[in-house]
Formats: sequence, C-alpha cells, structure tokens
Amino acid sequence: MNSQLLIISALLLPIIGVIFIALTQKNINLRETCTLITSVALIYIVYSLLPAVLNGVHPELYLFNITSSLAIHFKVEPLGMLFACIASFLWLINSIYSIGYMRSNKYKHQTRFYIYFALAIASTIGIAFSANLFTLFIFYEFLTLSTYPLVTHKGTDEVKRAGRIYLGILLATSICLFLPAIIWTHYLTGTIEFTRGGVFNGDYQPIVIISLLLMFTYGIGKAAVMPVHRWLPSAMVAPTPVSALLHAVAVVKAGVFSVVKIIIYIFSPTFLSDIIDVNVLLYLAGATILIASVIALRSDNLKRRLAYSTISQLSYVILATALLVPISIMGAVLHILAHAFGKITLFFAAGAIYTATKKTEVSQLDGIGRCMPWTMAAFAIGSLSMIGIPPTAGFLSKWFILQGALDIQSWFAVTVIVISTLLNTAYFLPIVYVAFFRNSNTKNVCTYNEAPFPIVLAVSITALMTVILFFFPEVPLQLVKLLIGEGL
Amino acid sequence: MISSQLPALQVVLPLAAAPLCILFHNRTFAWLLMVFVSLASFGISCALFNQVLAENAITYAMGGWVAPWGIEYYIDKLTTYMLLIVNGIAVLVSLGARESVENEISSDRIYLFYTAFLLNLTGLLGVIITGDAFNLFVFIEIASLSSYAIISLGKDKRCLYAAFRYLVYGTVGASFILISVGLLYVVTGTLNIADLSQQLVNAENTATITTAFVFFVIGIAIKAAIFPMHLWLPDAYTYSPSIVSTFLAGTTTKVFIYVLIRFIYSLYGYEFSFFHESFDNLLMIAACGAILYGSYRAIKQDSLKRLLAYSSIAQIGYMILGIALITELGLAASLIHIFNHAFIKVGLFLAVTAIIYSYGTDSIERLAGMAKTSPFTFVLFLISGLSIIGVPLTSGFISKWYLIKASLEAGYWGLIVIIVFSSVLAIIYIGRVIETAYFKPEATNTASFNNKKMPHLLFLSLFIFCFINIYLGIETSLNVDMAFQIAHELINK
Repeated sequence: MNSQLLIISALLLPIIGVIFIALTQKNINLRETCTLITSVALIYIVYSLLPAVLNGVHPELYLFNITSSLAIHFKVEPLGMLFACIASFLWLINSIYSIGYMRSNKYKHQTRFYIYFALAIASTIGIAFSANLFTLFIFYEFLTLSTYPLVTHKGTDEVKRAGRIYLGILLATSICLFLPAIIWTHYLTGTIEFTRGGVFNGDYQPIVIISLLLMFTYGIGKAAVMPVHRWLPSAMVAPTPVSALLHAVAVVKAGVFSVVKIIIYIFSPTFLSDIIDVNVLLYLAGATILIASVIALRSDNLKRRLAYSTISQLSYVILATALLVPISIMGAVLHILAHAFGKITLFFAAGAIYTATKKTEVSQLDGIGRCMPWTMAAFAIGSLSMIGIPPTAGFLSKWFILQGALDIQSWFAVTVIVISTLLNTAYFLPIVYVAFFRNSNTKNVCTYNEAPFPIVLAVSITALMTVILFFFPEVPLQLVKLLIGEGL
Repeated sequence: MISSQLPALQVVLPLAAAPLCILFHNRTFAWLLMVFVSLASFGISCALFNQVLAENAITYAMGGWVAPWGIEYYIDKLTTYMLLIVNGIAVLVSLGARESVENEISSDRIYLFYTAFLLNLTGLLGVIITGDAFNLFVFIEIASLSSYAIISLGKDKRCLYAAFRYLVYGTVGASFILISVGLLYVVTGTLNIADLSQQLVNAENTATITTAFVFFVIGIAIKAAIFPMHLWLPDAYTYSPSIVSTFLAGTTTKVFIYVLIRFIYSLYGYEFSFFHESFDNLLMIAACGAILYGSYRAIKQDSLKRLLAYSSIAQIGYMILGIALITELGLAASLIHIFNHAFIKVGLFLAVTAIIYSYGTDSIERLAGMAKTSPFTFVLFLISGLSIIGVPLTSGFISKWYLIKASLEAGYWGLIVIIVFSSVLAIIYIGRVIETAYFKPEATNTASFNNKKMPHLLFLSLFIFCFINIYLGIETSLNVDMAFQIAHELINK
C-alpha cells in the first residue's frame, strides 16, 4: 500500500470498526472480535508507516482546502509516528483488558462503550498525524466529545456532574485559549502548518511569544498543567479501561504531545530560547509536578492517587520540553512512551484489584500481593517505572531529562526532579510494600483470587513491555533522534 | 431582450404573483405559486449574479426614466450576494412550508398568508435592488407591513400583541428613515443613491447631513434589531407561525444590515460615517452589548423559538462588530457572517418548525428524550447548532475565524474575549437543548402529543440547510471570496 492510503485507512479503520461493532451488537463475542480485529489491523497499518518514517520520509496526505490557509492536512513525522504507535498498540491490549473488565463487572451498554472507544482512538490517530494546527484542533475536539460518553458511562447523577466538569473544562479552555492562539499565530505568521524550524521568524516582542506559549499550554487543557487539571480527577468516575487507555495514555498524551509538537514545530526551541529570558513554562510545570505529587501522596483512593500522579508526570514532559535543549526534549518524548506503559499498567492493576475484590482505597490493600501475585508484581514494575528505577523504561526518560537539566544548569529543574522522585517513591512503594509484606488477617487464607484471565494477561503484557523498552529502546530512540535532528 | 429586464422582473414577479393568490383563493395553488415564484426569482438572481460577474455593475432605469429623475435599480456584487441569500432562503423555506402552515394557520387564511409572504419577499428584494432612497423607503414599508400581517396570523393569540408591538417599533423606525431621506433631499435635491453620494462629497458638511445620518442609523437599528433597539424581536419570533419566524430570522434583519452597509459605504462614504462622530465606537458598544446580552438571555429561555430569537440578537451583534472595525477584513467577516448565519439560523428555526409540527410545543423541558422518537429532526438541529457555536468544519467556524482575525488585525483584544466567551455561552444554550432531547428520560405524558411524522418536503428542505451549513464550512470559495471582493470594492471606492 502506498503511504497516503495507509494514512487514510489508519483514520478510517476505527470508524469501519464502529460499523461492525454496531452491526454485531446482538452477539457479544462477535462484537468483541470486531474490536480486536480492528485494533490488530490498525496496529498493522500504523506500523507499516514506520519504516518510511525511520528512513526520514514524511508521508503526507492532503484531504481538502477550506480556505487558502485552512486545510485538512496530515503528515506523519517522527513524533506523531511514535504517538500513533503507542496509542494503536495499547488499544489492542486495552481491548483485551476491557473484555475481561466490562464483563466481570457487568456493565450495561457495552456496545456503546466499544463504539466510542473506537471513535476516541480514531481521533487520537488524527491528532498524531495532523500536519497543521487546524487539523489538530478538530481532532482534539473530536477526542473530547467522543470520550464524554465514556466518562459518563455509568449514567448516575454523580457521574454526570463529573462529566460536566470534564467537558466544561476541556471545551472551554480549547475554545477560549487554544483557538484564539491558533488564529493569532496565523495572523502573526500567515501559516499554521507544523514547519521544521518553526513558523516564527523575525522580530516579535517577548511578551507576545510568552502569551502565545501560555495560551497554547493552557488552551490544551488535556496536558493538565495546573490549574486546568481538575477535569482529570473528575474523569476517574469512568470505568477503569477508560481511565487506563484514555486518561493515562490517549487523551492526556494527546495533550502533552500537542504541546511538544507546537513547541518544536511552531515555535522551535532555538527561537524560544533566544527570545525568552525567564522561562515561565518551566516554573509552571515544576510547580504542577510538586503540587500534584503532594496531593497524590495524600489521596487514599487508588485511582485518584494515580490521576494526580498522571498530572505530575505529564508536567515532566512539559518541564523537559521547556528546558529547550535537544537532550531534554529527547527525554520528554521518551517520557510520553515510558509513562504510557507504566501508568497503563498501574491503572490495569487498580482495575484488576477492583474487579477481584471491589477494593478502591490504598489502605485496604494489606497483603493483597499474596492473593494476586501477578497483578501486584505488575503494579510493582509500573511503580518502579514511575519512580525511574532500572530496569524500567521510566529510568531512560528520566535520565535524559536530568541530563538536559544538568547541561544547561537549570538547578530549578534538577531540584524538582529530585524532590518529585522522592515523592513518587513515597506514594508508590508503600503500596507495593503493604501488598506483599503486611498481613491483612491472621489466617493466611485468600478470600479472592486473581482477576479474570484477560485482565491478568493485559496487565502482564504492559508490565513486560515496560521492562522490554528499557533493554531494547532502539526504535523509539531512533525516532526521537530523527525528531531532534530535524526539529532543532 | 428579457435578460436586460431581469432587474425589474426580480421585483415585479413576486409582486404580480401576490394578488393571484387572492384571486384563486386556494391554499394548494397559493403554495405552489409561492414555490414556483421563489424558484423563478432565485433563477433571476442567479442570472443577475452571472451578469454582474461579467459586467461588474448593472443599472436599470425603471420605466425608461433615466436617473437621477427616474427610479434606478442598481445591481453590483453586494446586491447579488444579498439577492442570492434572500431568494435561496425563500425557495427552501417555501418548499417545506406547506404542512406546517396548514398546521399552524387557520385554513381560511392560508391564501392570505401566501399573499403576504410574497409581498414580504417583494419588499425585501426591492430593498436590496433599488438605487433610490425614497423607493428604498417604500420597499421597506412593503416588507414591514406584510411581515406585521404574517406574524399576526398565528393561532396563538399572543402573536397579535407581538405583531402590534413590532408595528409600533417598526413604524417609528420607518418614520426615522423617512425623515432622514427627506433631510437628504432638502440638502441635495436628489433621491438617487449614486447621485446623492456625489452631491454629498461636494456639499458642505452641515448639521442637516449629520442629522440625516443619525436619523437613518437609528431607524435602521430598530428595523435590524440592533441592541438595544431589539425589543420587538423576541416576541415577534416567538409567537408568530414557525414558518414566519424561520423566514424572517433568515432574511429581514440581514437585509436591514445590508441597508446600513449601503448607506455607510455607498451613500455617505465611510470616511464621513466613521471619522465624524465616533460612530464606530457607538456601533462597537452596541455590537458587544448585543453579543453578550443575546447569548446570556438565550441561556435562560425555555421556549426554543425565544432562545433562537435571543441568539439572533447576539448574531446580529457579530455582523455589526465586523462593520464597526472599519477594515476590509472586518467588513468581509461581517458579510461572510450574514451569509452563513442566514442559513444556520433558518436551519435551526426549520428544525423547530418540525418539532412544533410533531409535538405541538417548543418548550425545551417537554422535549425530554424526544431525540429517540424523531432522530432526524434532532440530528439536523444538532448540526446547525454546532454551526452556530462555531465548531470547525461548519460554516459558523469560518465566520468566527474571520471575525477573530479581523479583531486581531484591528488590535481589539477585548473583542476576542467577547467573541470567545459568547461561543461558550452558545455551547451552553445549544447544549441544554441537546442534553434534554438526548439524555433526559422521556416524559410520561407523551401520549398527549399529536406526534406527527415530519413531512417529506420539510425534511428535504431542512436537510438541504444542514448540508449547506457543512458545505460552507468545508468549501468556502462561494461566499468568502465574494465577500472579500465586495469588501475590497466598498472600502476602496
């Protein structure tokens, strides 16, 4: 297949999947097969694009022009390629997990669940491949809208209230800040295409550039830089597979991915570091990391703790990008990858615990590791990756970020990373410790077992991947190097 | 040659057709005539459009009396742009009108309704096409009087009050316009708009001319429902028969804004208009007031028609905003929005027409869960609703894109905040309808609804409007390029 066909089929495939899921809703096994086949096919298509990108080619697809300067235009560059690979691969694993989770927890309206999930993935691929801000914006909004029914899946009043916060914050920030920022960029530079070396060249007042940068960062509410992070804890009312794939990977990563992409291809790091003396973004991200970590430490609810941990980890990516040196940007992009696998493992584990025991609080987890060894082992690996201890992927990205911070002697960044690593340790390791080494009751009898097989399978795969990525990071590293080579 | 008589035919055709409705006294005939005439009229405006593209501007001396003594019809790009909007809407609305009209207007008056409807179309087309200031006033009155009549035809008795109120406001507005035309005649001795603009350049800048300008702007502001002179609009749109609200919402106010643009740019010249009495600031304040007030009030409404009426007030604000920026881009944005909003709002009102036809109510609360019973109506409402919010890939986005860009270019930061904020308000008021229709459980008393199926022609017409809304959001060469050309010509005249 030629690359244009590949791009269009990557975008359309989940939508075709939706049709089949809707058609086969009477037979649930067939319906789930449709989801799985679609996700496998999507992986095949996305990974078929990989060799070309690794050879330095950027496959493109022009759909149509709306006005002379607004176009629906896709282009697969290394950063988008990496993001699409992560999203499509994890969709498969997450689908396996969903089958186990949704069935054993007896959720209603499962067809709707799979349909909107596929739509969300289609939007994510659209974000990954977009070649200009306008296309990015459209798919960004699609992603918000398609995940709303997933967040409010249970349909109770409390869930609807949380759903309103979710929708309200994400839509309001994107319309009030993101869109005006896009139009402003277009007004200043005459283009909104993602361009190698940025679109800003010439003299601009630093205040203009800083305002734009902040408008983009906060307009992309999905990146959850404080204070626009409130939607993420709200979204935790969703079923766990949604929290796992969307609110640890697809949605939030779409946010930081967009910010990174804008900094690299719209502003260009060299331009930014020339023009900005005080890097506001760095401080905002640093503050978010620390505050979110402290809140995570104080939350007893497991999913809430994971949500705040996500907020803090997302700001790692922003912080690393805001350092504006190649090596830290490499770290930022790798962190998108590492955190995706690590955090989805943790969410999977949390869901597995809930499915097997209906426990949701950290304080209830004493001794659970003996009864659910696979799940808790995976949880331990995920935690190590969050903290950044080898042999997990989290170590790699943190290494690069720290190196970047040391290179330009940003002591602020170094301090933030060190403190937050300590905080990470403080809120993850105790869970692992009590799970394995503290007895919940005097008798050593398990009243429950591991969660159903698909769940355990999924959580094991992602945990394994977290380790594998530490030993074999060649492909992502190559992509990142391509990105650094061309973007800076 | 017939083609040289097209400007006259554009007005004469609906005018001549109107009495036929009374003569034949048959409601089906009247409807068919309405559809046929509006189609023919649309055909004429397309032909005129082609002529204008070739010849730039056409003048037509009515009855062979040459201007400035006789009445002259003046057709340039802006004229045909507006003619296409009004005629296009007339065709589509009359196509879907039949069943709804029979449902909402008592059957012995239906032929009268079509008579007045045709006269209203005549008036609007005349206002657009005429190049004579007094003739303009005559057509304004034809359009207004006929609209008072069709508003009062509703079965809901409150429409009488609404029509009367509109009549009082409208007459005040019309008198202001007449006074203004009179004053201009006193100073220049001519009524021809092209001639007037020549004379005004040479005339001394007296208080009379300024007074005429002020009177005119106030008169038009009442007619076009520019905040704070919008008070007649919500009632008129709410209580009139749905088809009437649909047609008026798409055409009347836009035509009067067109008149405002004509007076500012073609008659007075924009140097006079804007650099004189800080008129632009006044316009801008009115526009911002309209946008915020309209959007805010729309949130609070329970009646769908009233909600859309307030939304219209806000949208009129956008159009005025573009004009008040006094830039080419701003004017173009305003013209683009006139075009786009005409089709968006008619799409929305037509969806409400279908809802009222099916359920006999437009109360949002009573529509709970109705999206299941009439899925098509609500999907089409949703599409137009997204467009009015300004979601990308709909025509509303294109309008907002250019408006924001124009505000940026003019350096007005506050305006962007206002535009963006009112988009958020639009999300709330459209979202409320969608949430009620889609996500609220169905009310138990649905049996009391007459629950008729949407007529096919109404569906067709509604579908075409939604199609246009999306088409104009994806392929903009039709209206955007035209609007830029017009703006360029008007500013650099």
